[in-house]
Parts: sequence; C-alpha cells; structure tokens
Amino acid sequence: MANYSVKIFVTYRKGVLDPQGVAVEKAAHSLGFEKVGNVKVGKYITMNIEAGSPEEVKKEIEEMAKKFLVNPVIEEYTYEIEEVKE
Amino acid sequence: MKFGIPVYPGSNCDRDVGWVIEKVLGHEVRYLWHKERDLSGIDCIIVPGGFSYGDYLRAGAMAKLSPVTEAICEFAERGGLVMGICNGFQILLEAGLLPGAMLPNKTLSFICEFVHLKVENNEIPFTHLYEKGEILRIPIAHAEGNYTCTPETLKELEENGQVVVRYCSPEGIVSEEFNPNGSLNNIAGICNKKGNVFGLMPHPERASEAIVGSVDGYRMFESIVRSVLV
Repeated sequence: MANYSVKIFVTYRKGVLDPQGVAVEKAAHSLGFEKVGNVKVGKYITMNIEAGSPEEVKKEIEEMAKKFLVNPVIEEYTYEIEEVKE
Repeated sequence: MKFGIPVYPGSNCDRDVGWVIEKVLGHEVRYLWHKERDLSGIDCIIVPGGFSYGDYLRAGAMAKLSPVTEAICEFAERGGLVMGICNGFQILLEAGLLPGAMLPNKTLSFICEFVHLKVENNEIPFTHLYEKGEILRIPIAHAEGNYTCTPETLKELEENGQVVVRYCSPEGIVSEEFNPNGSLNNIAGICNKKGNVFGLMPHPERASEAIVGSVDGYRMFESIVRSVLV
C-alpha cells in the first residue's frame, strides 16, 4: 500500500454559463487587464488515498466523481495523482 | 391523509410546510429525520427548503446521500407523490428524480421577493385545482435557482408538458425581463414524465394564508389532498 496525494479540479462544462466566471472577467477588464478572457471559477478538492497502485486511485476518484463529487449535467473534472514519499 | 416532511441538518422550511398542512389544511404530518428509512403510512412527501448540509459541495449534493432520500427515491419509483420546494427541488435534481441542475443565479445574489408564475401544466396531482395559464404570486428565496439542462432534455420537458410553472410578468408575459435568476425558458418548476414528482423554486407554503400576503400557493397542497382522497 502506498499513500497518494490527489488534486481534483471541478469546473463548469463548456457551454454552461458560469456567472462567477463572467463577473470575475468583467472585474479584470475594469481593472485594465483587458487581455483576460474565458475566466472560469471552479472547485479545487485535495485528498489522500491509500492504495496499491495509481490505477486503483484513479478508479476511486472516478467512482466518487460519479457518485457525488461532480454533477455531470453542469460540471466536468480533471485530477492529478502523486505518490507521497516518506 | 398523512404527509411526510424530511428534515436534514440545515432544513429550515420544514415547520412552515408542516404549519400549512396541519393548521391550514388540517391534515397529518410526520417529520422524517434524515437517518430514517421508514415511510410507511405516508401518502405524500414534501421535501422542504433550507440549506441541507450547508449546501456543501453543491446545493442538495450531500442530502441525496441521506438514508431518507434513498427511501424517498424508492417511494417515488413506486408512484408515490413527491414535491420538492426550493432546496427540496435542488435535492430532487441531485437525486436524479427530476432532470437538470441548478446554477448560481445570474445576478450572483440571493433573491428574496414575490414573483409571478404562470401555470403551464394543471394536469398533475400538485396543480389540478389551478386553471391553465393562471397567474400566481408566490415568493422565491434562493441563490441557486438558475435551472439548466441539456438541449435534448429541455426539448423533452417542453414537448411532454413537464414545465409546470414559469416566471412571468403580473400580466402573464413570459420574457427575460421577468426571469429573476436566469433559468432556461423561465422555468420555475418541473415534473417528471409520470407527473408524480414535482419540484419548484418558489415557496407555496409562504403564500398559503392571507396574513402573509398571498394565498396563491395554498391550492398546491389542496390539489394533493384532493387527488389522494378522491
């Protein structure tokens, strides 16, 4: 068994209007950051998972995402897995 | 008849709904703690508004995992009547009893005000005492009522008459101007295909006595009673 550090990034799917992203983008423009575009505000979830292999960790994450972490109607997600060395 | 009202940590409209059913409508209420599974003897479930589990992760996302929600899903699959109000609607969406999802209001603010609704479907157990096209004045109180779904689902909802109530002007004009939260097609409430599950963002329990400013919500509860007892 090894300990894996997991980072999960949840954002709205393409085509879903992200009201927070729109507000942040407008604010950026009003402060003079005019080249900023496509702003999305999402969630960043971290956790540790004990598992025998990165594949097992992957399976756990995808199952959790499907069951409750992510709402597939409006959200999509990516993740990063890194083994924690003692 | 007997109504069941699930109570999650953070529910805050359970007693308001219970008040209307017991004191105004004169029927029985059983409050169901979120850990309960036993719905025996219950004729209709009303999932109340509030902030179940603090709206952590997403509104309704935690509540869908509660034992009582699992029991409600089985109850609905057997054809039982289930109505979700506000956070209750969000829970029904997360639990998959109704299609679609909620986004934050387009204004990014919590909106608490009276709105006008047009009754689009008066053929389900929750609305049959209304006229089709009738305009209701009922308050909303939410930060995430911006209903969305895939274009295919929207088409299906519209074609099947599953859009039950829509935001409109006092005269009944349905347009962007009278859409408080940005919801698709001004949707305020939808039902499932069978018509036994209904969710809406407005609070009919807050518009069921003249003393609180409107009685337009009362007939939803009365409709349920009449459809069960007749």
